[in-house]
This record gives sequence, structure tokens and C-alpha cells, in this order.
Amino acid sequence: MRVNGENIEITKETNLYEFLTKQGYNTLKIAVELNGDIVPKSNYKNVTLKNDDTIEVVSFVGGG
Amino acid sequence: MNIVFNGNIIYEKEGISLIEFKEKYMAYADVIILNGFQTDEDCILKNNDNVTMLKKGVMPSEDVLESLMMSRHTPFVHEKVKKAFVAICGLGGLGSNIAVMLARTGVGKLLLIDFDVVEPSNLNRQSYYIKHLGMNKTDALKMQIEEINPYIEVITKNVLLNENNVGEILKDCNIVCEAFDNPVYKAEIVNYIIENMPNTKIIASSGMAGYESSNIIKTEKKFKNLYVCGDGVYEARQGRGLMAPRVNICAGHQANMILRIILGIYEP
Repeated sequence: MRVNGENIEITKETNLYEFLTKQGYNTLKIAVELNGDIVPKSNYKNVTLKNDDTIEVVSFVGGG
Repeated sequence: MNIVFNGNIIYEKEGISLIEFKEKYMAYADVIILNGFQTDEDCILKNNDNVTMLKKGVMPSEDVLESLMMSRHTPFVHEKVKKAFVAICGLGGLGSNIAVMLARTGVGKLLLIDFDVVEPSNLNRQSYYIKHLGMNKTDALKMQIEEINPYIEVITKNVLLNENNVGEILKDCNIVCEAFDNPVYKAEIVNYIIENMPNTKIIASSGMAGYESSNIIKTEKKFKNLYVCGDGVYEARQGRGLMAPRVNICAGHQANMILRIILGIYEP
């Protein structure tokens, strides 16, 4: 998979929510695009990842 | 040929020079602005040139004030900017400064949204004064904008934006600026807009605390409708406060990206 431009290999079937959490993302502070499409936040657990997927994650840190 | 002089169209013969024009219409002027650029150099005027002249220290009549205020804008930019409508969500260090910049730029209509009041700890970076303490941020900012550019329509909403009301409040808005402090709220409004409002661009922010280098703050385009300004890393936390310089740099990035989008330029 391509994740923010880097190659990551997944060995067992995983959903987007599990993957993001394992990668250290707080899913309350991000927006995600999978293969060019926005993934609604309510859908993270329903999306099963494949090894040719491309994921873009935008994270927000506090301050303003 | 036609010359636009202090906002009015004047018919003038071909071949007249800028200085001849000045001598004829406003010999006592001490500032001349030709097509958005202040100049003393004489030149032959062309059809549809925009000439502004003013005498320093003299309050102009109300009907020429707007054209004088707009005289330093690049020609043809002002017309587009004046028709634009921008919502600013959160009126803290980013939002208050962005609102002031967009007002100075002449953005015709601003929707200002915040639930909070001005308090002393805001003054280190936010565009408020001692006299605003205790006021709603929306009202305090509206007051300032009226003194900066009274030709701007300012709508205020004194609410906490959340998933239940954001759709209704922002429904007519094609350009939304996210200027919250809390990263969970930032992500919430960004996700709402990119999921539900396909014709709306959102200009968000992430990372501008402390006094790290100015040069790591940038504007990036993410996805189709999302722009993120900031360094992406330096969050506000214990030991790293939010300070005026970097917060203003980030606000400037957001305001300029908004201006570019208004002018039809979508690259950061």
C-alpha cells in the first residue's frame, strides 16, 4: 500500500480503522482519502484494505 | 476615451498625460495612484485607466472614499473580491486576523462564527483590544471591520459549530476557513465539508505554535477541496504557547489562499 507516499505492506486482512490506529493516528483528528475518494468517518471500520490501495491521511494538531 | 477618476468615469481627449490630467482635475493632490500603483512619473493616459488622487489629511466625501480605499488593489481583482463570500469558523488567533486581512482586501461578505468572548489571554495574538474584553468575539470583530472597511457586509453567528448545525449555517458558502484551536473540532468540520459539500473549498490550519522557523509554515493542497496551512507539527501544548508572529504567518497563508481561490487560482 502507499500511505502518504510511503510503501507499507499489510500481511493480514485489516480494516481502515484498525490500520490507522495501529499506525498511531488518532482517528478523531484526521481526514482520510482512499484511492482518491474521501472516506466518511463513520465508514472507517467498514473499509477493508487491499495491498494496492493508496491512502492519504491529513492530521490536525492543536493551535489557532 | 474614458478615464475612471476617483470612482467616476470622465470623458477625456486622447493623448492627455497623467500630470496634465492632475493639473486639470485636482492640482492640489499630493498622491497619485494609477491602476493600483502609486506614482509621480508622467505618462500618456490610455482608455479605461483608473486614476485616484488624494490630498493627505483631508477626509474625502463619502462617495469617493470607497474608490480611494480600493485604489491600491490590482485592477480587476477588486471586482471579483467584492463579490466573494467567505465564512470564518473560529475567531481566535487565526480567524480574527484572517477576517481583518480579508476586510482590508475588500472581500464583500464575511460570515464570522464563534461562541466565545474576548478575554485577556487572547490579546497576545488575536485581533482584539482591551476595550473588547468581555464582548462576544463576533461583535468585537464586526466593530473593527466597520472601522477598517465599512463597505463590507458582516454577518455574525454566536454559536459553537458542531455536526448538527454546521450544514445549515454554512449552506450558501463556497469558501470556508477553518480557524479553530482544538484539533478534534478542526477534523470534524473538515470532514463534514469534504464529505457533504462537494462545491465548497475549505482552508484549514495545522501547526503554528511556538517560535520555530517561519519558513516551515506552508500551504498544501490535500484532496480535491481541502487546503492545509501550517507546519503540520508544532501544536500548542504545555511549554509551547501560541505567539503572534507564527499565528499571523499561518493566518496570512490562509488569507492568501482564500484570495487565490476567489480569483480562480487553485494551486497553493
